[in-house]
Amino acid sequence: MRGEEQEKQWALLMRAGNAGDGDSYRRLLLLLTPVLRANARRGLAPAGMADTDAEDVVQETLLAIHLKRQSWDEEAPFGPWLRAIARHKMIDALRRRGRRITLPVDDFSEILADGGAEPDMLAADVGRHLEFLPPGQRTIVQAIAIDGASIADAAARFSMTTGAVRVALHRGLSALARKFRTEEP
Amino acid sequence: MKTDDLIRALAADCATRPTSLRRAFATAMIPGLAIAFGLYLAFLGPRPHLLWLLAEPRFAFKVCLSLLLAALSARLVMRLVKPGAESRRAALLLAIVPALLAAGIAVELLSVPISLWSQKLIGTNALHCLKSIPMLGLAPLAAILFSLRQGAPEHPAIAGAAAGLLAGAIGAALYATHCPDDSPLFVAVWYTLAITFITALGSIAGVRLLRW
Repeated sequence: MRGEEQEKQWALLMRAGNAGDGDSYRRLLLLLTPVLRANARRGLAPAGMADTDAEDVVQETLLAIHLKRQSWDEEAPFGPWLRAIARHKMIDALRRRGRRITLPVDDFSEILADGGAEPDMLAADVGRHLEFLPPGQRTIVQAIAIDGASIADAAARFSMTTGAVRVALHRGLSALARKFRTEEP
Repeated sequence: MKTDDLIRALAADCATRPTSLRRAFATAMIPGLAIAFGLYLAFLGPRPHLLWLLAEPRFAFKVCLSLLLAALSARLVMRLVKPGAESRRAALLLAIVPALLAAGIAVELLSVPISLWSQKLIGTNALHCLKSIPMLGLAPLAAILFSLRQGAPEHPAIAGAAAGLLAGAIGAALYATHCPDDSPLFVAVWYTLAITFITALGSIAGVRLLRW
């Protein structure tokens, strides 16, 4: 798919997500991930950073896309917004690790949506970002992210209201983003 | 956590709609402006015959110029917190304000005898102006920065400076209705200094508060 059409499709899915369509939104994030991954690896490789570092940047970028999605105007093109967020997160990651910044300036549309697969992390590594969350938020995020529970499932399992689950999930994700941002490499 | 797991959690959180930036900005401005106005009434207060004064060109000029600066910097701020948004034109548009001020100074210099220039420039309230504009701008600055945390500024220092400029312009507009020094010469020196101070403050605070 050509870059322009691809960005139009992304914008369409994002608008649907903003209207509350979780499936479209999930599809969008799944489509963006390989592009972000390829971009992160290309950006970090010259700094001698591993694929697992790149995956951290991918996750951080996804979190930023999610938590800052209100900063995209629905009438504005999606590509420049996405690129600006990805660049911001990459620069941040490189700066935190004290590397010299040499970013590829290419257009995302030139990147084949083939960033390779997610690197295998050590079992102990999985969940390392969840550990520090307060227990309430951690169990909710874990249930939804890792066990694949829906909001309603989680509410039933922990005898909470769906509203309380939503709040805990949202706070957990915000805390996760903060954690990424302040983390020492 | 695996990336696919994270995506599942993000999608589940999709229904929690974040407030729009415009709304967050408007909501934060209500207490910000209310505090500024309260301080204005408590410590400064309007000049007598305020409405009559609007017919006085120098007075109208300084008030309108402050309001214009507020409008232009508000527009700039809203662009700076949207990644990938075009903000250069909004920034260049700010140049209208110093251009108008320069024109105002030229007219003033032509219409006032040289012997009065320094008196007009120094005015009667210089120090008061330097203190009052930042004092009035402080609450709006806090409100603006607070609301901008919802946004995603690519350059927190610049976004913070623009927020400071907006807060300074709000403070200046209020102060202008109190201060008896109407000469563009006075405005050019003291208002500029005071607004520069709060702009720098906004920039420093922006670096700390607007990271994301």
